[in-house]
Amino acid sequence: MTVTLTTTGPLLPGTDADCAYDVTVVGAGVVGSAIARELARYDLRTALVDAADDIGDGTSKANTAILHTGFDAVPGSLEARLVREGRELLAAYAAETGIPVERVGALLVAWDEDQLAALPRLRDKAARNGYHASRVIDAGELRAREPHLGPGALGALEVPDESIICPWTTPLAFATQAVRAGVHLHLNCRVRGVDSDTEGHTLTTSRGPLRTRYLVNAAGLYADEIDRLLGNEVFTVTPRRGQLMVFDKLARGLVGHILLPVPGPEGKGVLVAPTVFGNVLLGPTAEELDDKTATGSTAEGMRLLREKGRRIVPALADEEVTAVYAGLRAATGQEDYRIQEYPELRYVAVGGIRSTGLTASMAIGRHVTGLLAATGLEIAGPRALPLLTMPNLGEAFPRPCLSPGLVAEDPAYGTLVCHCEQVTLGEIRDALSATIPPHSLDGLRRRTRARGGRCQGFHCGAAVRALFEEARP
Amino acid sequence: MTRNAREVDVLIVGAGPAGLAAGAELAAAGVERVEILERDQEAGGMPRHCHHGGFGGRLDRTAYAWASATGSEYAPAGTSGPEYARRSVRAALAAGAALRTGVTVTGWAGPHAVETTGPAGLERITARAVVLATGARERPRSARLIPGTRPPGVYTTGELQQAVHRYGQRIGTRAVVVGNEPVGHAAAATLRAAGVHVVAMVTDQPDSPVRPRSRRTPLLTGATVTALTGRSRLSGVALRHDDGRTTTLHCDTVVLTGDFVPEHELARRGEILLDPGTRGPAYDAAYRTSRPGVFAAGNLLHAAERAGFAAQEGRAVAVPVLHRLAGTDEPAGHGRRLVVDAPLRWIAPNVTGPDGARPPDDRFVLRTARRLPRPLLVVSQDGRELHRQRSLLPAVPGRPLHLAADWVDRVDPHGTSVRISAL
Repeated sequence: MTVTLTTTGPLLPGTDADCAYDVTVVGAGVVGSAIARELARYDLRTALVDAADDIGDGTSKANTAILHTGFDAVPGSLEARLVREGRELLAAYAAETGIPVERVGALLVAWDEDQLAALPRLRDKAARNGYHASRVIDAGELRAREPHLGPGALGALEVPDESIICPWTTPLAFATQAVRAGVHLHLNCRVRGVDSDTEGHTLTTSRGPLRTRYLVNAAGLYADEIDRLLGNEVFTVTPRRGQLMVFDKLARGLVGHILLPVPGPEGKGVLVAPTVFGNVLLGPTAEELDDKTATGSTAEGMRLLREKGRRIVPALADEEVTAVYAGLRAATGQEDYRIQEYPELRYVAVGGIRSTGLTASMAIGRHVTGLLAATGLEIAGPRALPLLTMPNLGEAFPRPCLSPGLVAEDPAYGTLVCHCEQVTLGEIRDALSATIPPHSLDGLRRRTRARGGRCQGFHCGAAVRALFEEARP
Repeated sequence: MTRNAREVDVLIVGAGPAGLAAGAELAAAGVERVEILERDQEAGGMPRHCHHGGFGGRLDRTAYAWASATGSEYAPAGTSGPEYARRSVRAALAAGAALRTGVTVTGWAGPHAVETTGPAGLERITARAVVLATGARERPRSARLIPGTRPPGVYTTGELQQAVHRYGQRIGTRAVVVGNEPVGHAAAATLRAAGVHVVAMVTDQPDSPVRPRSRRTPLLTGATVTALTGRSRLSGVALRHDDGRTTTLHCDTVVLTGDFVPEHELARRGEILLDPGTRGPAYDAAYRTSRPGVFAAGNLLHAAERAGFAAQEGRAVAVPVLHRLAGTDEPAGHGRRLVVDAPLRWIAPNVTGPDGARPPDDRFVLRTARRLPRPLLVVSQDGRELHRQRSLLPAVPGRPLHLAADWVDRVDPHGTSVRISAL
């Protein structure tokens, strides 16, 4: 296994036509990584490039971490199909690779008569999306299943297969498997220009030129800008900021299901959901912005979330907040994905992938590979990728420090460094020497949860930094 | 592979000033198997990281009396934090307590049994009595709900002190310290020791309980942090002043100090009742929690008092623990809750009883949310006034306010909770 992961210096194989990449995927978020992983199954020379110093560093790292059923998609849309297919693929992949998933189920809670009246329509819409397990439950059953719910809930639509998933392990698994199968990953590599000719494209990047025959644009928030470099004027990405609050894991007992609002005129609204790490998530806000870097939280956003949270689960207000973050969703003014192939350009645009992108990622990978083939890329005989096992970050599955056998084999798994999140020296060591290691403390946190708990580094921050700096001087 | 199961007489969770003092006292009193567990690689607790004097000495007068009586170690006035920690460790070991570092309690396995993880393996330890001494932490940026970006360069004092003194890490060039309680001044001193220029100390309080120790550092009062800015690195701290002005202090480092909360996870996981004010276990003057046989001491109970006070409690908890071991303890469950009215935040202890027991130095400790110039504290139960006292000194947030305990015998054991108000 030869792994090619570069973060500095000129890009191989350069501009020579003979050694061009067959396919280059721009954007190593969850979607780009899934596409690269799918391409890795074929005998192709593939590159995955990203402007950031880590995979999944844009919108992918700040989502609501839900594995959707697609029950509420627009029936007949591409999104509806890819979410439905992607869910099956990702659920199976997660089970195979150890990505934590918990099938906690969702409850769309009706707080007034109008919302209550909407529930049967939502159930019927779910059926049109091929999802038949949802059902309406009354206030009594709702109360019994969610005893900490605030007063005034009138009933709910139960969607038993909505699940929660680790949003960080998923793209890391895709990219790791892709890289191990020969895909070249180039980080800190921002695409600034594209020169297309009859044979392919020469990308001008912050790290020099890169030659590729086919191009896939999975640049998320910047997909419109890459698309324009190809001469298109099809869509504009308007960042829609979603601020989220994470509550300490001592709050986990307050919430059993993903608690969704009934969709109204203002969009999907604010949810309260458990996370696979054992926390409780509250959010997101929905703010239309024009700054693609505005990932800061605001006092107004937090005030709104706390107000909504107090209504949904009042006891949350007494719990410690362990993180506040904001993600930017790539809205394009169309209620569907914008995935478009351009045969004459040897190019596929993957735009407008909204919050369902995590769920749909693997299906998008297959769909895009199919479009590349239709565009002229010669592919044949997909091969099975070597098996991959990811470190478990999920609270519902055995953590190393609670596994007597593992600790007996290697005392590093019995040496806790981050106490709030029970992260051991062994796990930190493994992450630092992994196929795709972190390049920042935030990257290490996403791989291990170290410094991600209620103390946010008060106890362990300096120790974790010391380990990180020792491994990556 | 399974867990190794062991039994001890007293299990103490946490080897800070309270846990070590409890271990020393219990071992000295002849309890055979006293074991102190510390999840860090090194015992001593928070004082280890406080490289300034002010530990021990007259603030720790019961330690002096105890040391004189037993011929053991005593930390004189002006002792540094690390030296204080070393002396506390030596005293516990010399008395015969077992101290195991790098061992984390991961949960409960029974009313007096815990599960642990350490490099040597996983264990289940069953004790006849448990003392929780898990301490406190400063609330981080997220819990303080400070908006803005999430760049590197944001510290609590605890992280800063370890980064500087334990690991010698590079901090930055210009820092703002939020909070001007004593811990804020300790943070400023640590920053200066690391060669960082302290741009300002900032507090949302109208005036200062302590004079700034450095004339070089301006103290901005009545200023609330409204945002952190910067992307790959912190670039500034935005402030809103009481008069409505807004400013941004340019800096690459901010230290959020004070605002301590108990490390109550283990207590909560054990379904031990918490006090709504302190957020630590509800407890009486015998350090008894809501679970018989489980005691608590130190800053888990009241975040945060000085190390000497925590150590005093650690020694004091030994008496009720010994009663428990001897089967001569008074049954719990008769105490009345002590409840405070705003602007008071909490009182400790916060349950009355048992008969004859008194809090340390015969007084309760309280905290206020805002400054009170000459507070009149009134204690009442079911409309009946039990006590009133006028304090001649101002009560200040982040600093102890005391209430004499000589009214506790007047509490009606059949009445409702006892209310403490500041007028």
